Amino acid sequence: MKYTPHTADDRRKMLERIGVSGVDELFAGIPDDIRLRRPLTLPDPASEQEALALLGARAAANRGADRLVCFAGGGAYDHFSPAIVDQVISRSEYYTAYTPYQAEVSQGTLQSIYEFQSLVCRLFDMEVANASMYDAGSALAETTHMARDITRRSRVLVSDGVHPSYVEVVRTYAAGLGVPVETVPLQNLATDLSELERSLDDTTAACIVQHPNFFGTVEDVNKAAELAHAAGALFIVAADPVSLGVLAPPGSYGADVAVAEGQSLGLPLSFGGPYLGLLAVRRKYVRNMPGRLVGRTADVDGRTGYVLALQTREQHIRRERATSNICTNQALMALCANVWMAWYGREGIKELGRQCLSRAKYLAAAVDRLPGFELENRRPFFKEFTVTTPVPAADIVGRGIEHGILPGLDLGRFDPDWSKRLLVAVTEKRTREDMDRLVEFLEDIGS
Amino acid sequence: MAEYSIPDDLKYTRTHEWVRVEGETATTGITDFAQKELSDIVYVEVTSVGQSVKQEDTIGTIEAVKAVSDLFAPVSGEVTEANETLKDEAQKCNSDPYGEGWIARIKLGDPSEVDQLLDAKGYADFVAKSEHH
Repeated sequence: MKYTPHTADDRRKMLERIGVSGVDELFAGIPDDIRLRRPLTLPDPASEQEALALLGARAAANRGADRLVCFAGGGAYDHFSPAIVDQVISRSEYYTAYTPYQAEVSQGTLQSIYEFQSLVCRLFDMEVANASMYDAGSALAETTHMARDITRRSRVLVSDGVHPSYVEVVRTYAAGLGVPVETVPLQNLATDLSELERSLDDTTAACIVQHPNFFGTVEDVNKAAELAHAAGALFIVAADPVSLGVLAPPGSYGADVAVAEGQSLGLPLSFGGPYLGLLAVRRKYVRNMPGRLVGRTADVDGRTGYVLALQTREQHIRRERATSNICTNQALMALCANVWMAWYGREGIKELGRQCLSRAKYLAAAVDRLPGFELENRRPFFKEFTVTTPVPAADIVGRGIEHGILPGLDLGRFDPDWSKRLLVAVTEKRTREDMDRLVEFLEDIGS
Repeated sequence: MAEYSIPDDLKYTRTHEWVRVEGETATTGITDFAQKELSDIVYVEVTSVGQSVKQEDTIGTIEAVKAVSDLFAPVSGEVTEANETLKDEAQKCNSDPYGEGWIARIKLGDPSEVDQLLDAKGYADFVAKSEHH
């Protein structure tokens, strides 16, 4: 591609055209006292070789999940990603972060998104899935707009079992709409259903529950859905896709909208992103669903083709009446999940779920036996559980890293009152030896 | 100007709805001009059935392939009915805008509002003028 710089003459003409005397005048709106009135202090330019050596040394200082035995989770998990995922997504034909809208030249990518949507529907037992969202938090936040429009009610109830970061995103989106977000407390680390029942009324647009929840607990989603529906509210669930090999899918217990973080489906942890939001709805709500949607159709000769469908929901057509501004999807990450789901298949995902569950049960029982540590979850959990710790969880994590172990997530990061709580995640990658090593390390901490 | 069907026995709004008054009930839909402007209509939704609305309130949306438009209440009153057949056959708004393509029925709240609507001649002039712009 040709590089066409602005010449001094170009700049002069542009400034003249908009009627300002110089480039500086364009920044007049920025308060003087925060402007940097000197050149940036930067090191001298480095050669390519020098730059690579510097960046390589910096990168080597990272302690990632590939170099530590990782028991940290909280929405991002160290699951295995088979080589075929990278193999397929590394094909240059698929190199795009965006949804293609020119169907004539994008059949391959559109077909892959259609397959992704179909697999998400099967995994969730839901009727329609979109082409994906940015991550679980943004997907969940968009559902509050949906619920408001569908029910014409204003309040949204969010269980305290929903990931605190997701709740922050929900609140950020809801604030712009003037939708009040209220929380429902937990009892024994599960949503308090009698509190939920008390909070639900004819102004409640939606009830949002995470299942398994942030603390690992398997929620009583059947009962929660029943209560929400009895009050005329939508039941929205944030699920762990990997759990759906062993737990009932959202569609089976009456979820109106289901979202999930898709990172577990073959995506690398990579410092928190790019991740992938899954979002699926009941068919009757499809016109309120945000995001791109790929549909299958036939051309004039009857050949199968893939196109973007129901675009009248979207901002470029609905304009100021649109309720979502997402005009893209996480195309490459959705392909990642698509390949992962196709590769594991129905039986593979069941087996994966069983492996996570049995490992987590083994580790939780072992940690619970340690003096000073106590398993907090009273109801069943899936691959993650919460333990109270004899010393601050932050210290355990810090010392663990020195020993090559990431013992879990320090919940004190979310709430100072939770500083002696550790959230431990166990994926299929953790071996018996890994788990015994963690138990031994924690035993030393406790004594 | 292009030819549009503008039946003499109906009343019209400047937002291109038509109104047929029978007793206390006003039936409304979009005009031939409006359906031609929107072209292929794929979905019609009336969101206010059972609700009381004021004249010019939004009572629904009309989706065409490349545009979405609001449907405004031509008169105040209670929206009593939406045309259920449009759920599966929204294209009736294109093929028969004044007949099978009717969209909603409103129980008149204030019959005097009807007199203030445009008659066929007034609407034809209005359309001719908007076409020049």
